[in-house]
Amino acid sequence: MTTPVIAVRHATVGYDGRPVLRDISLTVSAGEVVALLGANGSGKSTLIRAVLGLVPLSAGSVTLFDRPLRRFRQWERIGYVPQRLGAGGGVPATVREVVASGRLARRGVLRPPGRADRAAVDAALRAVGLADRAADPVATLSGGQQQRTLIARALAGQPELLVLDEPTAGVDAASQEAFASALRDFVAGGGTVLLVAHELGPLRPVITRCVVVHQGGVCHDGAVPDPAGHHAEPDHDHVHPHGPDEPAGLWSN
Amino acid sequence: MELFQYPYMQRALIAALVIGLAAPALGIYLVQRRLALIGDGIGHVALTGVGAGLLLNRSPVLVAVIVATAGAIAIEVVRARGRTSGDLALALLFYGGIAGGVMLVGLSDATSATLNAYLFGSLITIFPGDLITIAVLGTAILVAMIALRPALFAISHDEEYARVSGLPVRTLNLLIAVTTAITVTIAMRAVGVLLISALMVVPVATAQQVTRGFRSTMTAAMALGLFAAGTGVWVAATADTAPGASVVLLAIASFLVVAVAAGVWRRLRRRATPAAAPTAEPHEVVLGSS
Repeated sequence: MTTPVIAVRHATVGYDGRPVLRDISLTVSAGEVVALLGANGSGKSTLIRAVLGLVPLSAGSVTLFDRPLRRFRQWERIGYVPQRLGAGGGVPATVREVVASGRLARRGVLRPPGRADRAAVDAALRAVGLADRAADPVATLSGGQQQRTLIARALAGQPELLVLDEPTAGVDAASQEAFASALRDFVAGGGTVLLVAHELGPLRPVITRCVVVHQGGVCHDGAVPDPAGHHAEPDHDHVHPHGPDEPAGLWSN
Repeated sequence: MELFQYPYMQRALIAALVIGLAAPALGIYLVQRRLALIGDGIGHVALTGVGAGLLLNRSPVLVAVIVATAGAIAIEVVRARGRTSGDLALALLFYGGIAGGVMLVGLSDATSATLNAYLFGSLITIFPGDLITIAVLGTAILVAMIALRPALFAISHDEEYARVSGLPVRTLNLLIAVTTAITVTIAMRAVGVLLISALMVVPVATAQQVTRGFRSTMTAAMALGLFAAGTGVWVAATADTAPGASVVLLAIASFLVVAVAAGVWRRLRRRATPAAAPTAEPHEVVLGSS
């Protein structure tokens, strides 16, 4: 029996008195790659935010690595990838500077970065295929590349658990592939993953378990569900025609 | 240049240079968190401290440090709660601060010239004791902002991520609030409470026209702050104007020059390399790829 990395027990979360999650329980063991699926507003993002302590529980409990969330301090064991990078006030930051933030959990506030920190940042940039963009301002990157930057930031901390909030939403195919390969490497190295997803796409082979959240509760927990209709088939591509002005080269690459 | 033979002018210049370096080093974090006007608000609150100090015959700078710090902490608490009424709470604090200041200065036997000196800065009011306070606190702020840059960058860039990294987010937020209050108050002798906020923000806005990273923006903004403060004091001394106004106008002039030059440079470069522009968005899917 492996120790649970995440254990959510009978958790209830509400915003302004309106419950979003009701009496929900979820356990993730070491080495698992768990996908949280569900419609918009089902509460799947709220669940991972509650796991990380970003939203308070009104009932129930969360333990991380066998420690109650309130007393959990080993944040270097967790890599968090939010949905998107906030624009902030517009002060430029390079890709490397953003990724280097991922070392803070391990290094602490006061210690300046050392050789190990720089090596970890380099490795994380290579893992997501952005080593050549390290010195570029992150705002000049495409949405998919920005998402890869956030994944590199989480990987730079060399975590044991990755928690990702819709890492592939609105991400181009090249970035989805780069992301899937980075995730495969992470899992091969013994990592545990909890991710929120809309559709699995190239991630499907990596996922070991699916949890479907519906109306604030778990309605499926187990194997990756069979595709409904034409969605989620391995060769199903999500094509959104944008009208007649598609640039040449789409079919000929 | 003969003007700088006088000790009071030397003190004014040194004070302005310290503030010119420290204000943008702090301001970059405020700009990144969209709090560019917070320094102005805290300046309003500090004015109540000045008034209280004048009325009680205590050092106005010291009383202002205390009152502004309390105000900054109150603002930070309101901000952290994220309430929708936060905006109104800030307005109450700001206008309460300036009204209280004007009222208290009026009750004391200070003249309107004294009030003006605090609002817009003055070259002749920096005494040796003030200079020591400015130098010590200014250096402390500078060291903290540079030494803690990775952590302060992280919380300014993505506060939730910083929290999941286990950073002491609340403490760092309070540190920024308190250093803002201290910067405003030590700057008020040289630049004035109503104009110091510009020295925190404008050099950052200028620098980010041409820089690519956070660190380079910070360095360039500090250099610009130093230039505006030094030149501004010299202009104020030669033209007999309020130093705050000269410093800020120089900072804004630098912004305009850099913004126009950067725009021209970008246009020229685009014209020089027409083949490279514009690249299409990558396809979401590539069908029939080999």
